[in-house]
Amino acid sequence: MKPTTFREISGDSTGFWALLGLLGLLIAAGLGAAWYMEHNGHWVTGMNNQIVWGMPHVFAVFLIVAASGALNVASMASVFGRTALKPLSRLSGLLAIALLAGGLMVLVLDLGHPDRLIMAMMNLNFMSIFAWNIILYNGFFLIVGIYLWTMMEKRANRHTKTAGLFAFVWRLILTTGTGSIFGWLVARQAYDAAIMAPMFIALSFSFGLAIFMLVLFASYRWAGRPLGDYMIVRMQRLLGLFVIAALFFVVVYHLTNLYAAEHRSVEHFMLDGDNVYSGLFWVGYVLLGSLIPMAIAWFGPFRASLGWATTAAALVVAGGLAMMYVIIIGGQAYPLQLFPGKEVSSSFFDGVVNPYSPTLAETLLGIGGVGIALAIVVVGIRLLKFLPLSLEDARVDPHYKADEA
Amino acid sequence: MSDNKIDHYRRRFLGQTAAIAGGATLAGGLLLNAVAEARPADQAASSANRWGLLIDTSKCASDCDECVKACEMEHGWGRGSTDEQKSRPEQKAQWIRKVTVRDRATGHETSLPMMCQHCAHPPCVDVCPTGASMKRADGIVQVDKHRCIGCRYCMMACPYKARSFIHEDLHDQKTESPRGKGTVESCNLCVNRVDRGEQPACAEACPEKAILFGDLKDPGSEIARRLASEPSTEIRGDLGLDLGVRYQHI
Repeated sequence: MKPTTFREISGDSTGFWALLGLLGLLIAAGLGAAWYMEHNGHWVTGMNNQIVWGMPHVFAVFLIVAASGALNVASMASVFGRTALKPLSRLSGLLAIALLAGGLMVLVLDLGHPDRLIMAMMNLNFMSIFAWNIILYNGFFLIVGIYLWTMMEKRANRHTKTAGLFAFVWRLILTTGTGSIFGWLVARQAYDAAIMAPMFIALSFSFGLAIFMLVLFASYRWAGRPLGDYMIVRMQRLLGLFVIAALFFVVVYHLTNLYAAEHRSVEHFMLDGDNVYSGLFWVGYVLLGSLIPMAIAWFGPFRASLGWATTAAALVVAGGLAMMYVIIIGGQAYPLQLFPGKEVSSSFFDGVVNPYSPTLAETLLGIGGVGIALAIVVVGIRLLKFLPLSLEDARVDPHYKADEA
Repeated sequence: MSDNKIDHYRRRFLGQTAAIAGGATLAGGLLLNAVAEARPADQAASSANRWGLLIDTSKCASDCDECVKACEMEHGWGRGSTDEQKSRPEQKAQWIRKVTVRDRATGHETSLPMMCQHCAHPPCVDVCPTGASMKRADGIVQVDKHRCIGCRYCMMACPYKARSFIHEDLHDQKTESPRGKGTVESCNLCVNRVDRGEQPACAEACPEKAILFGDLKDPGSEIARRLASEPSTEIRGDLGLDLGVRYQHI
C-alpha cells in the first residue's frame, strides 16, 4: 500500500456547478416550504393533533440516524484498526457532520416556534431525552470537528485514535438518545420498548454506510478519480453485514411484541394491516431495503460491480425512509389505548386509525435537509482535502499483487 | 348623648356588621360554590394542596356536553371563540371531550369527560425539552406558552391525548387563557379560577354535579372523604402516573 494523497476536487466543470445549483434549488425549496408552514401555521400541512410528527420528522430522524452511522467508516479505521478504510475516514467525518446538520435543519424548521430555539437551549430540562439530544447533537459537531482536525493536521495525527474513540462512544450514545425518543414513550403501543435504542444503532450503521457509499461512488465517478474493486467489494460486504444486523433487531422487536397478547393488535396493524404501513414495511424495508441489498452483498454475480453496489445502497436508503415512515407515522396512526380491551369513540378521533397525507411542503422541507447535507459535502470536498486522489486497488488493497491487475 | 344611646348604636352597628359578614360568607359559599380559598397573587402555589377531580360517570349523560361547552367559553376555544377557522377538524384544539367507552363483550356503554388527568408523574413534563410543560406545586399540570417551542413531544408522550397544537394564528382570545399559533395547550384545571378560590368551569357547569373538584390532600374535603369511602379508578392506572382525576362507575 502506498501513502494516501488527499486533494480537493477541481470544481471547475459545468457538472460541478450544475450539481451545486441543483442542491441550491433543493435547499431553497426546503426553506420556502418552511417559511410557508411557519407563516401560515401547521394547518397547511397534513399534520394534526393525532399525527403530530409528520413527513419532516421522517426525513429528520432518518438523516440524524444516518449521520452517526456515516461516521462508522472512520471509526472502523481509527478505533478498530481497519487500515484499508483509513483513506475514507475524512469523508466519513464530513458526511456525518453534513447529515446531522441537514436533519437538524428539518427538525428545527418544523417546530411551532423555531424562533425560540435559543431559549430552548438556555432552559434545558434534563429529564427530557430531547434536551439531552440538544447537547448530544451539538457535542457531535464539536467532537467530529476535532476528530477531522486530528486527521487533517499532521501535528495532531497522533491524537486521531483517541479522538476517534471518543467520537465513536459519543455517536453510540447519540443514537441511543435518538432511539429512546420513541423507546421511552410509554403512552403508545408501537413504542415503549428498550430495544428501540440498539435497533436504531443497528439501523444507523446501514443507513449511514449506504449514504456514504452513494456519496463516495458519485464523487469518484464525477471527479474522474479511480476507484478499485477492492473498495467496492469491501463496502458491499460491510453493507450486507449492517443490513442483517439491523434486520435482526427489527425481527426481535416484532417477535417480542407478537408474543405478548396486549401488543398483538398493534403488530397486526403494522405487519398485516389494510394500510400503507404494512406494505412499506414488507416491500419497502424488508424486501427492497434489506433482502435485495443482502443478496447483492453476498452473491457472486453482483460482486465488485459499481452499479450493483450503488443499487444496493440506494435500496437501503429507500428502505430506511420507508422504515422511518412506518415507525414514526404508523406508530401515531395506531390509536391510543385509553381503555385497553374496550372500544372508545369521541369528537377527538379516539379509537380510530388516524389518517395522514403528507403535503408537498412537508416533503420539500425534508428534501431540503438532504440538499443541505449534500451541499455541505460538495463544498467541503471542493475546499478541503477530504478525498484521496485515488482509491485504486494498488493503493488500498493490503494484499494487492501487481500481476492480478 | 346618653350612654344607653351609645350602647344602642354600638349594638346595632355590631349586629349589622355581623349580619353582613355572615351573609357575605354564606353567599360566597352558596353563590360561588367556593371549595378553595383564594390565594394572594404574590403567593406561590403550595404543595400542601393537590387539586383534583372525581367524576361519577353514572351521572354523566351521553347526550350532554355542558362541561365541554363551559370549558370552551371559559378558555376561548371551540364554540367559545371565532378562531381556528382554517384548521381541519382533526387540527382543532380540544381541551376536554366526551368519550364513549363500550365494553366489547357486553355492549355496555359509558360516557365520560376526558381532559388532562393532572398526573403526579406527568410524562409530558418529563419529555418537554424546555420546561414549558410544567407541574405546579399544587399538582396542576399546564403549559407555559411563552416557553413552548412547539416540538409536540408532550403530545407524543401523553397517554390521554389531552393536548392540542395550535395550527394557525389566533385573535379571539380570553385574557385569562392566552393561546397562540405554534404552541401546545391543554386543560389547566381552570388555574385562573382555582387561584381565585373558585372551582373549574366544567365542575361548575355539570347539571348533574357529576364532576367534583377539591383538594385531595385535605382529609376534610368532600373529594377526599368520598375517595376514601367510595371506589374509584384511574384511567390507565397501570402506567403508575398517580392521577389527579379519578372516575367512578367505569
